Amino acid sequence: MKDNFYENIKVSVILTSLYLVLLSGCKNKESDTIELNKVNTENEVSIGTAQTNDYAVEAPPFSDGIFPCTDCHKNLIPNPVKRVLVDWHDDISAMFNHDSENRWCLDCHDLKNRDSLRLASGKLLDFKESYKLCGQCHGEKYRDWKVGVHGQRTGEWNGKKEYLLCVNCHNPHSPKFRELTPEAPPIMQEDIK
Amino acid sequence: MKNENSRRSFIKNISLATFSALALSGCNTKAFDDFLQQNFKTLSKKEKDIIIKNLGIKYKEKYGKEFHISDKPAIDGTLFGYALDLSRCVGCRRCVYACVKENNQSREPQIHWIEVLQMEKERGIDFAHSTAQYNPEKVPEKGYFYVPVQCQQCKNPPCVKVCPVKATWQEPDGITVIDYNWCIGCRYCMAACPYGARHFNWGEPDVPVEELNTEVHYLGNRPRMKGVVEKCTFCIQRTREGKYPACVEICPVGARKFGNLLDPDSEIRYILENKRVLILKQELNTQPKFYYFFGI
Repeated sequence: MKDNFYENIKVSVILTSLYLVLLSGCKNKESDTIELNKVNTENEVSIGTAQTNDYAVEAPPFSDGIFPCTDCHKNLIPNPVKRVLVDWHDDISAMFNHDSENRWCLDCHDLKNRDSLRLASGKLLDFKESYKLCGQCHGEKYRDWKVGVHGQRTGEWNGKKEYLLCVNCHNPHSPKFRELTPEAPPIMQEDIK
Repeated sequence: MKNENSRRSFIKNISLATFSALALSGCNTKAFDDFLQQNFKTLSKKEKDIIIKNLGIKYKEKYGKEFHISDKPAIDGTLFGYALDLSRCVGCRRCVYACVKENNQSREPQIHWIEVLQMEKERGIDFAHSTAQYNPEKVPEKGYFYVPVQCQQCKNPPCVKVCPVKATWQEPDGITVIDYNWCIGCRYCMAACPYGARHFNWGEPDVPVEELNTEVHYLGNRPRMKGVVEKCTFCIQRTREGKYPACVEICPVGARKFGNLLDPDSEIRYILENKRVLILKQELNTQPKFYYFFGI
């Protein structure tokens, strides 16, 4: 009787441990798939389809008092006719040099939501994600920028890179890089005392 | 017999003279320790620690500043590579002076580890017709392009081969370094370097105390002395801590790229795999780890 009892206990212990092993195996599998899913979504994010801001970027370099645009625009009747601006933003009109023959304000700014940018598809875009707007035309630059090859590089080479928005270096209305004053040349050999 | 006698007395006299000279010169034990210090590569951890501690005291006395001297070894699994975008560089020389500041280069006599060469687009890469002395109002100038040259961190470095005392060597992460204490100032390495990347301290280096960078590496940017050779170390004090070299961070046009050649996901590998890349003086088989590319 006693023997039988022990035998029973033995069997149940073995069974439970087997069950536990199976269970834990299943659990591992489950967590693996979760992990995989996570990686997948992360990849998607890095491709740039998500709504959120994908890259830790510097704030857009607005001039003082220019943003939010609605401060002024909420009282104005929107005019969708392409024209040269004369009363306001005439400074931008004067400098505008970004395929100026074919494009104007409302190709990138939204007519109704002045505080947003606008993709060609009509999708609205936060100013913090302006790189997606630039990336519509400058695809290869966007690709390089995403991997950290286009643009000024700071941060860590083996860790977190710090990104600048395209507009931190390029004026979106006149994106060609401006000329720089060079630092002093090295001392000439004949001037060394 | 007479000959032997005179040799013995000569040795006796010379040793006596040396010891008395040492005693008379008031040579303290620290200077004596400096003199007897072995090649950095042969030192034990304990010896290195003592040397670095004493060096800290010496710098404190000399400059009145607390230095943080590192001797951090190479990170496992790293081989540093550098890429420079010739299509972007505008020749503004921001990198030259960021490097001078970061690496405590002598201001007078002037030492620049980076030399920016202006070349004619008509001629292509042609060192004979290039100049580092260009000084217009604004850069880039029409018809010219710019090739910054610094230590190319060769995989097959001629400078290391010629050093008669092994004061310069290549570290496991690919950086060629100099033990300034072991360098005898013969300048063979300068003659061997085909890129003009090594510079000699002809005079006592002069760095304004307020501009001293106190974050230093023993094999990198620690203050040097007269009579030793120095050169770019990919900012060893920064890159071994995970940071980018100073020239990479300062570049206003983002022409300078840096990373780990052994990491397939690094920026540098992306450039090597996707861009048109060239190295300088390829025919010399120095195998630089400094690549020039055309990003556009």
